[in-house]
Amino acid sequence: MQFPAKMIHSLFLVNSSGDIFLEKHWKSVVSRSVCDYFFEAQERASEPENVPPVIPTPHHYLISVLRHRIYFVAVIQSEVPPLFVIEFLHRVVDTFQDYFGVCTEAAIKDNVVVVYELLEEMLDNGFPLATESNILKELIKPPTILRTVVNTITGSTNVGEQLPTGQLSVVPWRRTGVKYTNNEAYFDVVEEIDAIIDKSGSTITAEIQGVIDACVKLTGMPDLTLSFMNPRLLDDVSFHPCVRFKRWEAERILSFIPPDGNFRLLSYHVSCQNLVAIPVYVKHNITFREGSSQGRFELTLGPKQTMGKGLEAVLISSQLPRGVLNTNLNPSQGTYNFDPVTKLLSWDVGKINPQKLPSLKGSMSLQAGASKPDENPTINIQFKIQQSALSGLKVNRLDMYGEKYKPFKGIKYMTKAGKFQVRT
Amino acid sequence: SRDSLKGTLPSSSPRHDDLKEMLDSNKDSLKLEAMKRIVAMIARGKNASDLFPAVVKNVACKNIEVKKLVYVYLVRYAEEQQDLALLSISTFQRGLKDPNQLIRASALRVLSSIRVTIIVPIMMLAIKEAASDMSPYVRKTAAHAIPKLYSLDPEQKDCLIEVIEKLLADKTTLVAGSVVMAFEEVCPERIDLIHKNYRKLCNLLIDVEEWGQVVIINMLTRYARTQFLNPNMNVSIADKEEKEKKKTEATAIVKRKPYVMDPDHRLLLRNTKPLLQSRNAAVVMAVAQLYFHLAPKAEVGVIAKALVRLMRSHSEVQYVVLQNVATMSIKRRGMFEPYLKSFYIRSTDPTQIKVLKLEVLTNLANETNISTILREFQTYIKSNDKDFVAATIQAIGRCATNIGEVRDTCLNGLVQLLSNRDELVVAESVVVIKKLLQMQPEQHSDIIKHMAKLTDNIQVPMARASILWLIGEYCEHVPKIAPDVLRKMAKTFTNEEDIVKLQIINLAAKLYLTNSKQTKLLTQYVLNLAKYDQNYDIRDRARFIRQLIVPTDKSGALSKYAKKLFLALKPAPVLESPFKDRDHFQLGSLSHLLNAKAGGYQVLPDWPEAAPDPSVRNVEVPEWTKCSSREKRKEKKADKPFYSDSEGESGPTESADSEEVKKSEKKSKPRIGSSESESEEDEDSESESSESEEEESEEESEEETKKKKKVGNERLENTHTTDIHTHSERRNTHILNCDSQPNTIASVQVFDTICKPAWLYMQFLLNPPLPVSVPQTIVPSGNLKTYELLHRITGEGLSVEYCFSRQPFSPDPHMVAVKIQFTNSATSEAKSLHVEDAKLQSGMRIKEFPEIEVLPAGETVSVVMGIDFCDSTQAANFQLCTHTRKFFVSIQPPVGELMMPIFMTENEFKKEQGQLMGMNEITEKLTLEEKCQGEHAVVQRVTTAANLSRVPCGSDKEFAGKTVTSGSLVLVSVVTKEDGAAQLTVNCEKMVIGTMLVKDILQALTQ
Repeated sequence: MQFPAKMIHSLFLVNSSGDIFLEKHWKSVVSRSVCDYFFEAQERASEPENVPPVIPTPHHYLISVLRHRIYFVAVIQSEVPPLFVIEFLHRVVDTFQDYFGVCTEAAIKDNVVVVYELLEEMLDNGFPLATESNILKELIKPPTILRTVVNTITGSTNVGEQLPTGQLSVVPWRRTGVKYTNNEAYFDVVEEIDAIIDKSGSTITAEIQGVIDACVKLTGMPDLTLSFMNPRLLDDVSFHPCVRFKRWEAERILSFIPPDGNFRLLSYHVSCQNLVAIPVYVKHNITFREGSSQGRFELTLGPKQTMGKGLEAVLISSQLPRGVLNTNLNPSQGTYNFDPVTKLLSWDVGKINPQKLPSLKGSMSLQAGASKPDENPTINIQFKIQQSALSGLKVNRLDMYGEKYKPFKGIKYMTKAGKFQVRT
Repeated sequence: SRDSLKGTLPSSSPRHDDLKEMLDSNKDSLKLEAMKRIVAMIARGKNASDLFPAVVKNVACKNIEVKKLVYVYLVRYAEEQQDLALLSISTFQRGLKDPNQLIRASALRVLSSIRVTIIVPIMMLAIKEAASDMSPYVRKTAAHAIPKLYSLDPEQKDCLIEVIEKLLADKTTLVAGSVVMAFEEVCPERIDLIHKNYRKLCNLLIDVEEWGQVVIINMLTRYARTQFLNPNMNVSIADKEEKEKKKTEATAIVKRKPYVMDPDHRLLLRNTKPLLQSRNAAVVMAVAQLYFHLAPKAEVGVIAKALVRLMRSHSEVQYVVLQNVATMSIKRRGMFEPYLKSFYIRSTDPTQIKVLKLEVLTNLANETNISTILREFQTYIKSNDKDFVAATIQAIGRCATNIGEVRDTCLNGLVQLLSNRDELVVAESVVVIKKLLQMQPEQHSDIIKHMAKLTDNIQVPMARASILWLIGEYCEHVPKIAPDVLRKMAKTFTNEEDIVKLQIINLAAKLYLTNSKQTKLLTQYVLNLAKYDQNYDIRDRARFIRQLIVPTDKSGALSKYAKKLFLALKPAPVLESPFKDRDHFQLGSLSHLLNAKAGGYQVLPDWPEAAPDPSVRNVEVPEWTKCSSREKRKEKKADKPFYSDSEGESGPTESADSEEVKKSEKKSKPRIGSSESESEEDEDSESESSESEEEESEEESEEETKKKKKVGNERLENTHTTDIHTHSERRNTHILNCDSQPNTIASVQVFDTICKPAWLYMQFLLNPPLPVSVPQTIVPSGNLKTYELLHRITGEGLSVEYCFSRQPFSPDPHMVAVKIQFTNSATSEAKSLHVEDAKLQSGMRIKEFPEIEVLPAGETVSVVMGIDFCDSTQAANFQLCTHTRKFFVSIQPPVGELMMPIFMTENEFKKEQGQLMGMNEITEKLTLEEKCQGEHAVVQRVTTAANLSRVPCGSDKEFAGKTVTSGSLVLVSVVTKEDGAAQLTVNCEKMVIGTMLVKDILQALTQ
């Protein structure tokens, strides 16, 4: 028995109301009725994100990802590593986002020809061909408003005129012949803190994950090295393929020929499992009394171990128990909102002033006669701390070899809350 | 938007005429507009096939975008319009001959995508030609075309295999991934095609694009399973010993023949490991599964961190990774234990992720962490995601069955849940409690009573049924309550669900058998109700049970056994993970995820009992290794892709790396560009000679030594075949391994001519422990430095010196031998010289020398004592006593004396070095002192500084030893470059020793 046609056979894009709004086949056409199995699974799932990423059907397998409320459903005919497909689909979404700024149904429909051209280049016979954004941009120019206007008038094209060379290069992630009048290289060190804080305020788990995102606009073929003051902080790292692994192993230096434009140079995990400084604390008192139709709600936020930097863009959200009918709360600053249907409470706090701590106090009205809810809501916190990387990671220096000009260099640090939850 | 109306009309719509008109016009802009609208139709799944003739005419259009869109259309509809599609073929055939490689490639790509059977011969020809194209990009396209043709016409298999074979031999990274993909689709069973390319694929891997890496790694996993031996053979057999006797016999055999990992197996593990750092989750997963299936148990751990990292990714990635972690955590729990907290559940996780994390947490639970885990579970039970709560209760049940210590705690916790307001929670708890109680019912009759009361409130059928079963089964533990429950159930019987009814009948039957006095009538009543039930299963059951339990004249012998039938001791259910044994599917595969074999799944074979001939992977040694000219070697290096030198696949030498930097600085522009990759085959060897001299491409040097070894092997076999252990036939097991055999001397003498130093060391190994009179040749002669232990003046005429004799200390091999020389320059004789009152750091030991009874004036005597320094440079303090005095003395060893030489081949050295990377490796650059630039001088200085032996035949200056106490390996290599520049690398598990040794050797070489 034969199982030809491995890898990705077809792709369907499904919107949140269950309409297929785009299909692409790399081999013979698979009827869109195959998606019925997907819709069945979608119906069974309580939440959109609970649709299983892999669904077996009698003749095919459906592997899907959900991004921006669009399901990208790939049709597979035989054995293939599921992550292979999932990773590829995410790469497709990233590419769309890169090209159109957003990845929405409207954007895809408006640019359907570019989308088709991209998909054509990204997969050959269902096997990934060109997935590097630098190469794709050489093949297919991203639409801009100006170009769209010009194209409609002159009938010229989105397709690159000259033949792409990137694919042939041994540095496939960088296009050749890059030229800038202002040569700049910017690096953003962004750290996210994931934490679970328990009722009493002690940390159950906390870890820092960081990324270094780069925006490099340099002429020619620059060869960069980036070194850290304290590279030992980095416990587990994953690199953009441009980073020379051996040099990192030997010297803890990032040495690379950068792609042109925006890219993620490095993701890392910080090796201080138990010593993560938690930058914010929450005092809470959320109580429901048996037999009473009222509940108390009190929340106070304060900064903690922020190394003198302010907490900004603080946003609190919490899923209140189903028994809560409405809330009557008073924020000392910012605005709060409670959706009685989804029971989602959100409080946009803004900046925290250490002299005057923000609080949200008041009462909740509960369903009359119903017993008190068992569960206590979890509080999710988002915040930002500018100009500081929580782990203390510091870039030492950035050097450029291979080109003669002096580039402009910049490094920015930021800390954000990742999945930061306080259990009450 | 305008098209959406059109699309709904039948395909013969006259509206398409305007599109046809536009396509026929000679304005490119109109054509383009038409093609865009057509592609938009295709994208929405509308039929545009009637436009085929109008579109296909534009296949040769000058405008690139029009042309591309025509290709899109053509590939989509060619199958339906075969005859018309043929019109376009000639355009592509012309394209295949274009001087521009990109045009050749794209022509082949489109041509091979046209699924029209009649062009199969044309395609075949095109693929064959493209496979020999100059451009690697075209060859890559040829590889992509192979599966296309194969799915169109499987008859072509044999021809295609030939092409695959040819392309597998390709040396460029661009082709490697694509051709392995073709191999996997067309002929995955032809594992023999891989042999000759195995090492090359391993070495190219890091430079292959990410998608190709996944395919290659998965294929190599399968390959390794057919060619190498199970690295855990001893361990795994020991695990299963109880299960299979047959295997125990195997153990015996295995024990006689120690496992040696094939260097090719090691190569694969070493070269895939860096890819755990890939940003591509599929690559990381591929390496993880490779390690899980192929690595020795002790090394699998490295993948845990990378897998945990993936959990930060998109939820779909998490989903797949967690499925695999769940399977792995059953077999290798310890690996994920440090990351326990990474599996804690957040209220915002999707339910399917929560359930999987729960599964992993349960698998990781053990006696030490169970209390933490249970505390977490308590939080989870309060969640308002009820499916998740149910899963948590199940998980608690499983923890309770697996870990006896917490069974009661869990049970109590679950009993508390019985008063939960949520019925689903209660129901799930009942089901789990039932299972737990089955394990030790006698202790828990109060819980059974408690549950009996629940029948009044709880409505979930499964829970009711469970309670009833429990009461029936253990009715003897609750003799008073059971009949009452039956009474209540009899009342509600008609309204119950079927599963509950069946359990009521069961309960009635069991009570009848144990307590017929009280329950006879009730049972009759229940059975009568059941007799007229609507469900035939229930009617059947009632009839059957009545016959069985109520003895009548007609009822046969069976009713005597009714009690045994109903109240037999039932084994407690085993609560197992659904992921148990799922690893018989290759991890990371679709089949593993679904726990069902997907079409096209290649079974991961079991390890072979005996390894197939490893020499099949030997590649004919190319010219350049024969002449050892450095320029020649470099030529090979030059045509390697971007990082191969800096990312050093096969060797641990760090030097290449730093040179890479210098090179790129010097040349001010790295080797990039299509011209190079195109011309690489015929690259001139001399062109790169400006590069620095010392560069060693590890791969080549390794192969070179292998070759030497092989020569040695053959000679050895010719002369003394009987002496040779079967191992020595293996290419990479070096000859000296046969040291355990007697009578090797003869064969060694043959070998002597090949490799003199090795012979010396071999003798060293052949006669342990060495007598004191061992030839001085082992130790660099005259290099023994003496230290003063006691000065003549302090010692009142007795002066004592010591040196480290570098001989094994025969009474205790874990001690450093210290030779102590007493000189009595006093006028009177010294008596009773001995050691006393040693003040030692914990762990240190001293083996004193035998007491010297008399040392006459003016005489000198030497003794040897042994000190176990515990691999530290802490001083050993003790008292040296004469008959009159006591002197406090101390011996502090230089770090170089804490080790002893061991013999190692270069291969082994490289292998071991590769395992001692990271923190265990220290590298220093240095400038050799003027007098010390010759090879001999370096060797001499290093061996003086440290008690190490040189690795014979090594192309570099490599030295090996192990620490005396713990036997940790100490590996030193000195790579010299021009102008006395050199690089020193020390690899040692004991980092302190490594650091100190570096310091000492640096000093020795620079001063």
